[in-house]
Amino acid sequence: MLAFLGTAFFDAVRDHHFMQYALLAGVLASVSCGVVGSFVVIRRISYIAGGIAHTTLAGLGVVHYLQVVHGFTAISPMGGAVIAALLAAAIIGWVSLHLKQREDTVIGAVWAMGMAIGVVFISLTPGYTTDLMSYLFGNILMVSSTDLWLIAALDVLVLVVVALFHKQLLAVCFDSEFAALQGVHINRFYFLLLGLTALTVVLLVSVVGIILVIALLTLPAAMANLFARRLWQMMAIATLICASLTTSGLALSYAPDLPAGAVTILLTGSAFFVTALLRRR
Amino acid sequence: MTTETKTATSIIACHDLAFGYENKPLLQKVNIAIPQGDFVCVVGPNGSGKTTLLKLALGLLQPTSGQIEVFGKAPRHARGRIGYVPQHPRLDPLFPVSALDVTLMGRLGRAPSLLSWRGKDQERARQALDEVGLGDRMDHHFAALSGGQKQRVLIARALAGDPELLLLDEPTAGLDAHVEEGFYRLLEELNKRLTIVLVSHDLGFVSGFVKSVICVGRDVLVHPTSEITGEIIADLYGSDMRLVRHDHRCSEEGHQC
Repeated sequence: MLAFLGTAFFDAVRDHHFMQYALLAGVLASVSCGVVGSFVVIRRISYIAGGIAHTTLAGLGVVHYLQVVHGFTAISPMGGAVIAALLAAAIIGWVSLHLKQREDTVIGAVWAMGMAIGVVFISLTPGYTTDLMSYLFGNILMVSSTDLWLIAALDVLVLVVVALFHKQLLAVCFDSEFAALQGVHINRFYFLLLGLTALTVVLLVSVVGIILVIALLTLPAAMANLFARRLWQMMAIATLICASLTTSGLALSYAPDLPAGAVTILLTGSAFFVTALLRRR
Repeated sequence: MTTETKTATSIIACHDLAFGYENKPLLQKVNIAIPQGDFVCVVGPNGSGKTTLLKLALGLLQPTSGQIEVFGKAPRHARGRIGYVPQHPRLDPLFPVSALDVTLMGRLGRAPSLLSWRGKDQERARQALDEVGLGDRMDHHFAALSGGQKQRVLIARALAGDPELLLLDEPTAGLDAHVEEGFYRLLEELNKRLTIVLVSHDLGFVSGFVKSVICVGRDVLVHPTSEITGEIIADLYGSDMRLVRHDHRCSEEGHQC
């Protein structure tokens, strides 16, 4: 059975560009996923990441509508997702710094409104609404070479920013009051972290879709955390786990023609629970 | 260490300092001066404003009225000369940092902000860990260290920034008595070159090396350790306070020893 699945998958990768793109998209997105996912886990902002992920539907929906109805091509739907995610990160960040006690309520509001805007624009767009499903649950087989370049560019950006500021980012996650006393502008770094999260979420949306992003962003990092004693180890292990999960998800879903995003997430979730149980002392 | 001779000015000076949350005054008319080289213990019941006093000295809170100066400046401009050891942080037991990683965070104010730590920062952090007796634990997972060791790492983190004043908030909370003893010996050693201000809710403080005590209650008063009597303590805490007896004399009435 596995051998059959494997052969079919390898044949497809050899023969089809879209499979190569899909494979590459999964591996490239894993880099940011491991690095930023580690920060999301240690700073405990997965709920915020979930909110940002869902608001990307607004960007995707609006740009898709403009493309179809007004022939607007200046930005791709993924570019729209980047804008929506950064905007959501800015709003949520501001709220969580200034209205501490109502933070989760406001995140919930931003989350739902982002989705609602997306749904409204998608329904205004003439044609099939299958796009909605592929935004929500991902369609890695639809990744274009333009998307790949965008994913690669965002990867580079994330890596450069983290390489430059990893000291401050770690200190802010560990003990932000102490970091502030050391002259670190903790609010700026909090926004920076949310910005990185937003960019990473967009990368992962193209792999597993809006609804499933949160699992892929946090679970590989959480698994890595069980083995790593330092941040860079956690990031490296999380990246490897994420890359193997997206690749296996793609491989296992290909022959039976199942949705790759959902299979990837089922694998991710199972791996997480098994690891957590085995590592429990 | 700086070699310039310092006049006997105060390291921390409060002048009619007051602080309160909303309309609830917490500290009023605080006038204290802490000289260089002092080892001060700030005591008082829970909620009396001890930690608030430390946060005012760090510039994390602003006084409602009056003044507080640290090294003759507004506290936020003196932060580079202050080492702060916070209350044991509630920490994620999986947080992926080593003892050295945590200590290095004390160099943030001195290291260049971009990219990695310099050799010099690493060197200074290692020395600080050596100084608190954890030279052989540098690469250990911070969360896996014992409570006392974690507290020492937090002191090393403060020392790594080469401070002249060390502020500690309840450093011995939750530590075993024998661990606490070693901890105080470390502070006594550090006091040879640093001014130390330590906040504590217990009175285990009056162990030899504390030089003066600030009692935070209705009034904030400074006493040299030798003058601490049971009366002062009973006045501060109420009469049912149990004391760990050290070298002070208790008065007949007020509390049991």
